Order: sequence, then structure tokens, then C-alpha cells
Amino acid sequence: MTAALSIKNLRKTYGNNFEALKGISLEVQAGDFFAVLGPNGAGKSTTIGIICSLVRKSAGEVSVFGHSIDTDFSSAKQELGIVPQEFNFSQFEKVRDIVLQQGGYYGLPRAKAAEQADKYLKKLGLWDKRDTPARMLSGGMKRRLMIARALVHEPRVLILDEPTAGVDIELRRSMWEFLREINAQGTTIILTTHYLEEAESLCRNVAIIDHGEIVQNTSMKSLLKRLNKEVFVFDVEGELKKAPELAGHIVEWVDEHSFEVEVEKGQSLNHLFAELTRQGLEVVSMRNKANRLEELFVSLVASSRGEGTDGV
Amino acid sequence: MEFNAQMVALGTIVRKEIKRFSRIWVQTLLPPVITMSLYFVIFGKLIGSRVGTMDGISYMQFVVPGLIMMAVLTNSYTNVVSSFFSAKFQRSIEELLVSPTPNVIILLGYCAGGMARGLCVGALVTVVALFFTDIQVHSWPLTAGIIFLTSLFFSLAGFINAVYANTFDDISIVPTFVLTPLTYLGGVFYSVSLLPEFWQWVSHLNPILHMVSAFRYGMLGTGGENVGFAFAGLIVFTAVLFAVGLHLLKSGKRLRA
Repeated sequence: MTAALSIKNLRKTYGNNFEALKGISLEVQAGDFFAVLGPNGAGKSTTIGIICSLVRKSAGEVSVFGHSIDTDFSSAKQELGIVPQEFNFSQFEKVRDIVLQQGGYYGLPRAKAAEQADKYLKKLGLWDKRDTPARMLSGGMKRRLMIARALVHEPRVLILDEPTAGVDIELRRSMWEFLREINAQGTTIILTTHYLEEAESLCRNVAIIDHGEIVQNTSMKSLLKRLNKEVFVFDVEGELKKAPELAGHIVEWVDEHSFEVEVEKGQSLNHLFAELTRQGLEVVSMRNKANRLEELFVSLVASSRGEGTDGV
Repeated sequence: MEFNAQMVALGTIVRKEIKRFSRIWVQTLLPPVITMSLYFVIFGKLIGSRVGTMDGISYMQFVVPGLIMMAVLTNSYTNVVSSFFSAKFQRSIEELLVSPTPNVIILLGYCAGGMARGLCVGALVTVVALFFTDIQVHSWPLTAGIIFLTSLFFSLAGFINAVYANTFDDISIVPTFVLTPLTYLGGVFYSVSLLPEFWQWVSHLNPILHMVSAFRYGMLGTGGENVGFAFAGLIVFTAVLFAVGLHLLKSGKRLRA
């Protein structure tokens, strides 16, 4: 089966000799929901820039559904929808006009472009703002406008660069639902994000880039399986003077009502609860201290830099 | 991209450009009409009535073709340079660059937008001129050909300026320090035959002089000794600018990282 996106030995050196990409290779299968993670300056946006032709590559090959961006750029671009990190539409034009024009740039006849524009403006909750100049929209609305614009020609691959940056939680979750919906309908989605919870919740496969190289390229499940320990916070009823002693666990007192317990992979939570009950502690709530993927991400990036790992 | 789809993309760019300058007509269409009206009143009517004839025709009739030409070339240039640079500045040009629209369509679309504004202002100035004098056209094909090519030439020049520009200052340098002096010294208000021989020779290096003279000949039928040269020159230089514009888009200079 032809990959939705295929990248081979992609390199980019900018004019100031900064080597942003050091020969990365990547394949994203059709229908996948794929996360590209990495710290700031890792090369994520450069990669996306090359795929959508806003950045000129130094070497390597990129193809979208088998169409090379060098030799068959028109077909390759037709398959792609791009939602960039920065707002990149005219602030003075009306919302509907922006989406409609994008349809025209992809060769959609005006009536068809209008139909598509209206469909996505309604789906993304922008229909009431269709005649509003883009500069009057809130940050979240501007992001949704860019998604509507990217989808107007119904691409088979949608690439989103930090789509929920600066978006409030409610809106972020509604955008997740929308992205899940279009992915279920067959659109391949590739997204970069700083919200690791977002990647964990949405994506099936993941690549981690650091310093222009791919550090990990695997499924989200197998990545999370590599997590060896987690820290849970327990809230208890009554006053807690010190951390309870729990054999086989590192325990830290947090305050009069809570403490943290480190649980290694394979250790029984039942046993832990039984011990707490035996010591007369009434647990009223329990939560994971940190995002699991975040811990893993920090550890993998540190490992790739030769800074040592802890617990992975 | 198939031909029909390319035409849709071209139509989209042209429509967007026309919509843009129509939306801000107080900044784009009205000022040149007011300025040219003042020129007609002051130079054509008040001063012109004391000048008498120029190259055998009334001074008012003499300045009308030059003022129309001045309006067309200035507005064609200004429209493309400001619109394309603004798209670069706001990064909305990326909407086009990520799409399958070929470079030649992008270039043609922006130039068509510049020509639409230039010719629209030219038509308005012509209407204003009708309040001051009768307008005859000696040769419609020549008049239309020269005005069309001039408008395209300056639209292309505006496009190239916009590609190289990094700041808003950069888009006003050429109009202020190159275009305006060349236009004022390009035989709009006087016949170069009034100048000493050396300055006549220098004036003939100014391309705008040839455009204005050819246009004046097309309208009035006088002073047409260099029309063929002007026409051929315009075609050659327009083709050169078109090739440069296309090369800049293809190479991605100042547009792609």
C-alpha cells in the first residue's frame, strides 16, 4: 500500500549553516493519526515547511500518496491540507472569502468552493462569523478558520502544526472531537503539538524529533509500554503528619492531606491499597502526578542528547 | 493542475485583487481622480490657456494623454507592489504558495489585478478630462495596445519590487525616487522639443517618454515618429520583466525559506 506520506533522508541546512534536519526518514500510513513531537527548534516546523513547499529542502525525497513534491508537485499539493502554527491569512478579508478563495486556488469551481466553505464553516462553528473580517475573530476562531481553509478542497492528508496552541480547554476538546471525526472518515492526520496529553489522546503512532534527527518512531502503545514507573498522588481523609511507610515503594509526604507513591511496572495496586487500609488511611482520591507521555518524552530527549535516562 | 482548474485559480486571484482595491476605493480610486482633476484645472485650464499651443495642439489636449498615462502606470505599479508585499507581510501569500496554483498563474493574477486598477483609474481620469476638452482617438488599436502594455509592464515592475521588499519603506522608494521623476520628466506636461539638444537626448533615455509619446500619437495623431520603437521596446521589456518575475517565483527568493 502506498504511504500517505513518505520522507527519505530529508536534510535542511539554512543559509547561516544551521543544520535543521540531518537526514530524517519517516512513513505515515493512510488513515493514520500521527504525532510529531519534539522540543522547540527540533525541526518539526522545518519538516512541515518542506512538505508543503514553503521551505526548500537541501536533500532528500518527499512524496504524498506516491506523488513526489519535486516532480509531481501539483498532485502532491492537491492531497495536502496545511494548518500552520502562525496565522497566515489576510486580516482584512472576511472569513468566508478566505475559505472560498482557498478553494479557488485548488481549482474548485466557485459553486463547489462555496458549498465546501459553507460546510466547514458550519462544522467548525464559524458560520455566524462568515461575514466578519478575520482580524475581529478570537484566537480560537482564527485557528478554526485555518482548519476550515485547509479542508476546503478535501485533502487526504491534513497536517496541523500546533493546532491547539493558546486554545482554551473546552475549545481544544471540541477540536479533538472534530479531528477524530475526520480521521474516522479516512483523512490521514499528522500533527505536531506541545501538549503531550493531546498526542496521547489522539494519535496512534508517534515520531519524536530532536536536533534534526528522529529519536523514536513507533506506535503510541509501544512507546507507553516502555514506561517503567509512575507517580501517583493520594488524597486522604483526616490529618497526615508524615508519609506512610509502604514496603517496596518510595513515598513522599506532600501536605497534611496528601502523599506521593512511586509505583513500578508490575507492582500491584491492590496490595498498595490493602496496606493503606491496614494502616487506617482512608483514600478519598488518587491521580497520576504527571502526564505519562511527558515523562517519557523528557527521558527520551535527554537520552538522545547523552544526558542519561531515568526510569525508562 | 488541469487547464480549467488553472483558469479557476486565475479568476480567484483577479477577483480577490479587484475586490481588494474596490473595498478601499477611498484610498485607491478617489485620490488619483482628484489629483488629475486638479492638474486639469491648474495646468490645463488656468496655466494652459496662457501657454497657447504645444506641438501644434492646444495645451489642454496635449496634457490629457500624458495625465491618463501617468494615472495608469502609477496605479498599476502601486496596486501590485502594495498588494503582494502586504500578502508577504501578513504571510497570506502562503495560501497560494502551498496550493497547486502554478507560478505563472500567480504572476498573471497579480498583474491582472494591477492592470484592472490602472485601467479603471485611467477610465475615470478620461471621464474627468471630458469635462475640460473633447477627446478624439486617432487609432484605437494603437491607443489600446500601448495602454495595455504599459499597464502590464508597470504591474510586473511592481511585482518584482514587492518580492525584493523587506519593509514598507522598500515599496515606496521606487515610486517616489524613480517613477515620479521619470514620469514628470517624461513629456507629460511639456514637449521635449522645447529642451536644448543635449537634454532632448537625455530625455530619450527615459522609457516613459516613449510610452507617453506613443499614447499621445494614438489619441491625437501627432508626434508619432517613434511609435514603432516604443511599441517594440515595450514588448521586449515587458517580456523581460515577465521572465524575471517568473524566475523569482520559481526560485522562491524572499518567499520560501
